[in-house]
Amino acid sequence: MVNNSVSDLIRLSATALSAKLRAGDVTSVQAVQAHLDRIAEVDGALNAFLHVNAEEALAVAAEVDAIRAAGGAEAEALHPLAGVPIAIKDLIVTKGQPTTAASKMLEGWMSPYDATVIEKIRAAKLPMLGKTNLDEFAMGSSTEHSAYGVTRNPWNLNRIPGGSGGGSAAAVASFEAPLALGTDTGGSIRQPGAVTGTVGVKPTYGGVSRYGAIAMASSLDQIGPVSRTVLDSAYLQELIGGHDPKDSTSLPKALEGLVAAAEAGATGDLKGLRIGVVKELQGEGYQAGVQARFEESLELLKGAGAEIVEVSCPNLKYALGAYYLIMPSEVSSNLAKFDGVRFGKRVLPESGPMTIERVMGSTRAAGFGDEVKRRIILGTYALSAGYYDAYYGSAQKVRTLIQRDFAAAFEQADVLVSPTAPTVAFELGENDNDPLAMYLNDVATIPANLAGIPGITVPGGLSEDLPVGIQFLAPAFEDARVYRAGAALEALLEKSWGHTLISQAPAIDSASIAPKA
Amino acid sequence: MSNYTDELVDFDVALEKYDPVLGFEVHVELNTKTKMFSDAPNAFGDAPNTNVTPVDLGLPGVLPVVNKTAVEYSILIGLALNCKIAERCGFARKNYFYPDTPKNFQTSQYDDPIAYDGWIDIELEDGEIFRVEIERAHMEEDAGKLTHMGGSTGRIQGADYSLVDYNRSGVPLVEIVTKTIEGAGKRAPELAKAYVAAIREIVKNLGVSDAKMERGNVRCDANVSLMLKGADKFGTRTETKNVNSLRAVEHAVHFEIERHAAVLDSGAKIVQETRHWHEDTRSTTSGRPKSDADDYRYFPEPDLVPIVTTAEWVEELRSRLPEPPADRRKRLKADWGYADKEFRDVVNAGVLDEIEATIAAGTSAAVARKWWMGEIARLAKAADKEIADLGVTPATIVELNSLITSKKINDKIARQVLEFVVDGEGTPNEIVEKRSLAVVNDDDALGKAVDEAMAAMPDVVEKIKGGKMQAIGALMGPVMKATRGQADAGRVREIVIEKLGL
Repeated sequence: MVNNSVSDLIRLSATALSAKLRAGDVTSVQAVQAHLDRIAEVDGALNAFLHVNAEEALAVAAEVDAIRAAGGAEAEALHPLAGVPIAIKDLIVTKGQPTTAASKMLEGWMSPYDATVIEKIRAAKLPMLGKTNLDEFAMGSSTEHSAYGVTRNPWNLNRIPGGSGGGSAAAVASFEAPLALGTDTGGSIRQPGAVTGTVGVKPTYGGVSRYGAIAMASSLDQIGPVSRTVLDSAYLQELIGGHDPKDSTSLPKALEGLVAAAEAGATGDLKGLRIGVVKELQGEGYQAGVQARFEESLELLKGAGAEIVEVSCPNLKYALGAYYLIMPSEVSSNLAKFDGVRFGKRVLPESGPMTIERVMGSTRAAGFGDEVKRRIILGTYALSAGYYDAYYGSAQKVRTLIQRDFAAAFEQADVLVSPTAPTVAFELGENDNDPLAMYLNDVATIPANLAGIPGITVPGGLSEDLPVGIQFLAPAFEDARVYRAGAALEALLEKSWGHTLISQAPAIDSASIAPKA
Repeated sequence: MSNYTDELVDFDVALEKYDPVLGFEVHVELNTKTKMFSDAPNAFGDAPNTNVTPVDLGLPGVLPVVNKTAVEYSILIGLALNCKIAERCGFARKNYFYPDTPKNFQTSQYDDPIAYDGWIDIELEDGEIFRVEIERAHMEEDAGKLTHMGGSTGRIQGADYSLVDYNRSGVPLVEIVTKTIEGAGKRAPELAKAYVAAIREIVKNLGVSDAKMERGNVRCDANVSLMLKGADKFGTRTETKNVNSLRAVEHAVHFEIERHAAVLDSGAKIVQETRHWHEDTRSTTSGRPKSDADDYRYFPEPDLVPIVTTAEWVEELRSRLPEPPADRRKRLKADWGYADKEFRDVVNAGVLDEIEATIAAGTSAAVARKWWMGEIARLAKAADKEIADLGVTPATIVELNSLITSKKINDKIARQVLEFVVDGEGTPNEIVEKRSLAVVNDDDALGKAVDEAMAAMPDVVEKIKGGKMQAIGALMGPVMKATRGQADAGRVREIVIEKLGL
């Protein structure tokens, strides 16, 4: 193939594109331009990007091309993903590009420093296409809570792309980018992955440095990869992972063998692997179509030699409750710094005395959206004297119980499996007035955050023409296991379908957007 | 019922009726190279907002990392205060909105301090020992510095605007909290001063703090309450904040005892509140109400992992502890043989180290004291400087003393040489050389000067011959003049006597 059409280039996985770049079949500038063209073509309908940085992305691409053209040691030393474009969730700070957290609070703010993961991406020379949309400060499951407009699901423009990382997932699902970074506090990488037919991984807590990810809930937040194939995510996690002296909670040693595990899994051989079906993470509350795809996946896994066992984690029924105490408590403290004093938005009171308290108050009233305020209020309450033990204290006890449940389950199984989300993508606006229904979307993903363990979502088929995700969980530090199981299921399903799931996504047609009721 | 009174009850009268109960929170700024949670320099006096990183400014996305040296210094303080060291402890967030706190929470230890349950013996002026029990010593970070512009008071009320400097934000602090101190009686103000002085001395001796109160390296919050003699319940306390000199600590406690007594005598109640100390009027004014229910929504800091102190680590640190200052004083006083008052004066002048070094370098205890407490102290007073800042070192004194004992210079010239040292002209030897100040005891030169003086004053010579030996003094003037004051007076006298054959 001499001339690569745009549609060919953008449909390549990161790994496949990397191979073409290294073979000299295409240049990084061509690849980046193809994705920029795609963004220009479809992002008006999707709104996956809050900021596109064509100039910088092309400059990095040109640099990679020049190194490759010159050959020699420097070309040899290039990272495998060098020249492969990537999109960054706009919760991660970047020098030279705006970082908004999808909040009015940070409108126009430019970070004077790079997140550790961004330093690694710059060092590996991945051109950064821009910053992707999210629920404000990563609070939501639909990306409807962005201060800069909703992101639409590429599979159906009237559906949500999941959240909070709906922008990264939609960008990857719509071929605007082969790779993206997300953050996952309660499912913000995995649930958008599930509802957009993409792959997303939440690494073991501490596996990837959080330095420069704007904190939502510090004890739960984790940066991870978003891609269209399991192997691509493995490459990206190996790039961004490892100990960071700037993050006290980062693991002392890098998690290794992820790419190797994904490659091993792709052979489809699962002999000897014990896969636990979590009784509490399926069945009631899960849509029939979701449950059906899940059971089909189990059959395929069994056929590949895996031993399927049922495990029970009885305390998972408290997970959502505990999460909605711990997360808002940390939110209430983490977001206190947004007060208009040092950076970002400042709103002066319209009347009355100009005191610092009133400037802080009017700034926060104007700068934060409703969902953010809801969680700050919940968290402030939960931490208050007299309530701490009943709320934050008992939630932490639940967390310990859930960790014990998982530890027991992992004595019976090497990995656990469940649907990633209980439903396919719901309609935009459907849960506007029902935050609790919205929160239920994360019922299957939250336990991994509470326990600090790794989780992956892989596409598991369609229900009502919308993607269903299958989630694998593994013990802490055993991220390789979710890559192996995820890559195996991905290979088995694609073999059974005869194609990838994402290849079945419809063309993006803005005419299909339903007028607002 | 009024909570405020301008009235005071005389201190002695107050203490006939009430027993004071004290408690102190002393904040010690550690002198680590970098801050508690960032690698920004921990330095005093630089241009505002220069010693800051994104972490110190609380920018979005930043994370703290604990300074290991600060932890070691905190353990050293704990050990010096006879505390137990926690095997495992952590940090918490103290949440409150205030612009000197960039994250709008302070990262501080809360229910698991690194050091707890200690004590310190305080020596009062008359030698009485008063044991103060230490509740805890915990680590935290300092806030930035606010300067309120406009208005007359320099306080936030009435200011037009405020400036904030985050250089101090994140500087490592250890807060030392006493248990309630009962039984001090009328010595409460003196004990307060002695306690803070002892803490300052300990941290300075450990080398973990610059310990300069005028720079805020050591800051004291003094809690005072009164209870009727014989009562079994403590009275309501007030907390006088940021009392930043030893004398002020003494005065603040004294004032609060007189004020509390007046309020209680009037039948009113003491409001639990913070008080501001005013050095000019030596009085306190009401700050903000403070109740035990102040809600800081503490919770464990999720961005940090627990600090684990192994027994080996703690013992290694214990082996680094210097001799406690009180023990050292006892030893030095015995070694040097100073009288009680002499030694107390030396301690109060803050020249213990200098005298010790001077003696170690070879001078006698008496000579060392003569110089440091005499001429050097006088020069410091004249220059309005601390003795330590004068530029005089133990080596200076050793040199001066050997110039005197070798008769190169006399006492009077030595004092001049010292002034030149203070002026920065060099070492005593250099100055004597450069200014040609060495005593003239060359017999030829002296003999010539004596001959000239005797020739000019025959009447004086006659008097001497007549047995009036004190008349030799009259010859001294011309001889000194001829030798520019550098003649050895004893030798001149001997030469006169020799020449006259007496």
